[in-house]
Amino acid sequence: MHLLKQTTAIAFGLGLLMATTAAHAGGTVEVLHWWTSGGEAKAVGELKKSFESQGGTWIDSPIAGGGGDAAMTALRARVVAGNPPAAVQLKGPGIQEWARQDVLNDVDEVAQKEQWDKVLPPVLAAIMKYDGKYVAAPVNIHRVDWFWANPAVLAKVGISEMPKTWDEFNADADKLKTAGITPLAHGGQPWQDATIFENVVLGIGGADFYRKAMVELDPNALTSDTMVKSFDQLRKLRGYVDANFSGRDWNLATAMVMRGEAAFQIMGDWAKGEFLAAGKKPGVDFVCAPTPGGAFNLNADSFTFFKVHGADRLEGQKVLASLIMSPGFQETFNLAKGSIPARTDVSLDKFDACAVKSHEDLLAAIENNTLVPSVAHEMAVPRSVRGEFLDLVTKFFNSDMSSADAVKELAAAVKRAQTE
Amino acid sequence: MSQAAKRGLAARRILERQLPKIVVSPLFAASLFFVYGFIAWTVYISFTRSGVLPSYTLDGLSQYIRLWATPRWQVALSNLFIFCTLFITLCTVIGVLLAILLDQRIRIEGVIRTVYLYPMALSFIVTGTAWKWILNPGLGIERLMHSLGFANFHFDWLVNPQMAIYTVVIAGVWQSSGYVMALFLAGLRSVDDEIIKAAAIDGAGPLRTYASVVLPIMRPVFLSSFIILAHLAIKSFDLVVALTGGGPGYATDMPATFMYSFAFQRSELGTAAASAVMMLATILAVIVPYLYSELRGASK
Repeated sequence: MHLLKQTTAIAFGLGLLMATTAAHAGGTVEVLHWWTSGGEAKAVGELKKSFESQGGTWIDSPIAGGGGDAAMTALRARVVAGNPPAAVQLKGPGIQEWARQDVLNDVDEVAQKEQWDKVLPPVLAAIMKYDGKYVAAPVNIHRVDWFWANPAVLAKVGISEMPKTWDEFNADADKLKTAGITPLAHGGQPWQDATIFENVVLGIGGADFYRKAMVELDPNALTSDTMVKSFDQLRKLRGYVDANFSGRDWNLATAMVMRGEAAFQIMGDWAKGEFLAAGKKPGVDFVCAPTPGGAFNLNADSFTFFKVHGADRLEGQKVLASLIMSPGFQETFNLAKGSIPARTDVSLDKFDACAVKSHEDLLAAIENNTLVPSVAHEMAVPRSVRGEFLDLVTKFFNSDMSSADAVKELAAAVKRAQTE
Repeated sequence: MSQAAKRGLAARRILERQLPKIVVSPLFAASLFFVYGFIAWTVYISFTRSGVLPSYTLDGLSQYIRLWATPRWQVALSNLFIFCTLFITLCTVIGVLLAILLDQRIRIEGVIRTVYLYPMALSFIVTGTAWKWILNPGLGIERLMHSLGFANFHFDWLVNPQMAIYTVVIAGVWQSSGYVMALFLAGLRSVDDEIIKAAAIDGAGPLRTYASVVLPIMRPVFLSSFIILAHLAIKSFDLVVALTGGGPGYATDMPATFMYSFAFQRSELGTAAASAVMMLATILAVIVPYLYSELRGASK
């Protein structure tokens, strides 16, 4: 009898214990991000919903403004104060910069168990790791090297195929220009200038040259003839934009293609979101095709895990890491955001034709080792080098600087930023 | 009176005498810390290799060498020079002229004064955005002239890297000259009528009266408007951001936008601090001689 009582008590106690752990199963995470508008806000809402459905507590810290500048300022203050958020929307070499300050937690335990190495493109996996351990988890992959075109406008001058080389593009653009149509819709902001330029380098030099010059920052590659040719092509592109491009936002440039005021836009696949939101159909109202080079220019958003303390918060961090990388979440998130899953093994049945093409090319690029990280989108080099790169490209685009001078100044600027 | 009451009275008197100091001291301490403390911190950081986070290991003048080797900083400085000179000169000239014209005892002066002063009520962000639309070749003046039939009319300063800085001057002058006018109008009203009458009796015409009598009396007003305009110009940030975003390229970058971009977009705190110190030095170069002359004037 006495024994029975005791067992009941223990069982009851265990039950209680289990109940309390169940309530905190997901732990607590505070997530700092700047996805506050449209599809992005919806996408992050999906993450929150999934996390809470696992019983966790989600503390949302959205800090909008300045394309993440405001969030970075807040992050700096939180880290200095010793109270960082559990996960921060942070990407590229920025992850390494923070990791070197010894303020990140690794989630390698989760990564090993779920075998992230097998499902992520190696280039992307390397960016997510510090010292061989995963400190961040990618949520999506954006492709940067896209042409977006209006087929109705192209048909007016008899163009039926998308250009495969920059020379073909120039020929098409000359035809359009003669017909009085703006060949290239472009917004004159430094990051947009740099987006075009890196795609040109990729097309003219190929993936190996791109890696040497833009990622490894090899001085010989930076001052090579290939680079001079790339600047020459950028100068040609400058002649294909309308007079009023300066300072225009990228989505307004997309609208020009939509309305048929311009034929092409060179932009990452977030431009697709604008087309889709306007009710346009891929392949019918607009066409997507990769820019020349047969490579894949990669941009990916990720959440980076900062050093938090306490079992509850550490648990939350692990659950979040696992959730971000789960195939189900990768699908819903990317359907909302317009990108493709960072996991290469997720089925793309529900995605549109451009996303399917992007996925196919991604697999091919991993196979052929032609997957390269974007400089303009903070995937390849530290922010200090990227800043100098943007300055130089935008100065070239907005002046009559010669290509020979441009490569010299580019090499000098990169060196200046590296001595930092 | 008892001893205790006397003592209480003495204590109260001491308290009364010290009260202003006690009340002011927290404010004094706060401004000492938050203004001068942070200035000192920035100066210190400018001598380190701080990147993403501040580091406290001294590294000599490397950030300053880096700063002066950066072409963008040179552009920012020459822009500051162009903008300061034109902004201050034009604002003062237009402000003085408007004030003199308004001072002629005209009808509905109040209304006109408000009209000219009103731009001041707008922030630089609004000013910049409005002028961005007005000066945009595809939306504003150029398009208007084209649709009126002047097909050859050409006004693309906003998107022309050589001329873009002058559009910032246009917008800045439009915003601030009304304020200068108000300053001078107040000054003109305080000029004694007797002096003007005396000048008239001496046979001076209206031009001569203003040039040789009234304006020299306005010297302090000139000085204070100069100081106000100069610091507006050196700090100018929002106007540039709203109007041109520093572009085309970085053709309209100013030291303040340069500093922002290095500190918050590029994680180069050290270089940003060095540029901030250079800005401080520029302001000091303007303010110190002014303070010196003011203080000397006061002690006379």
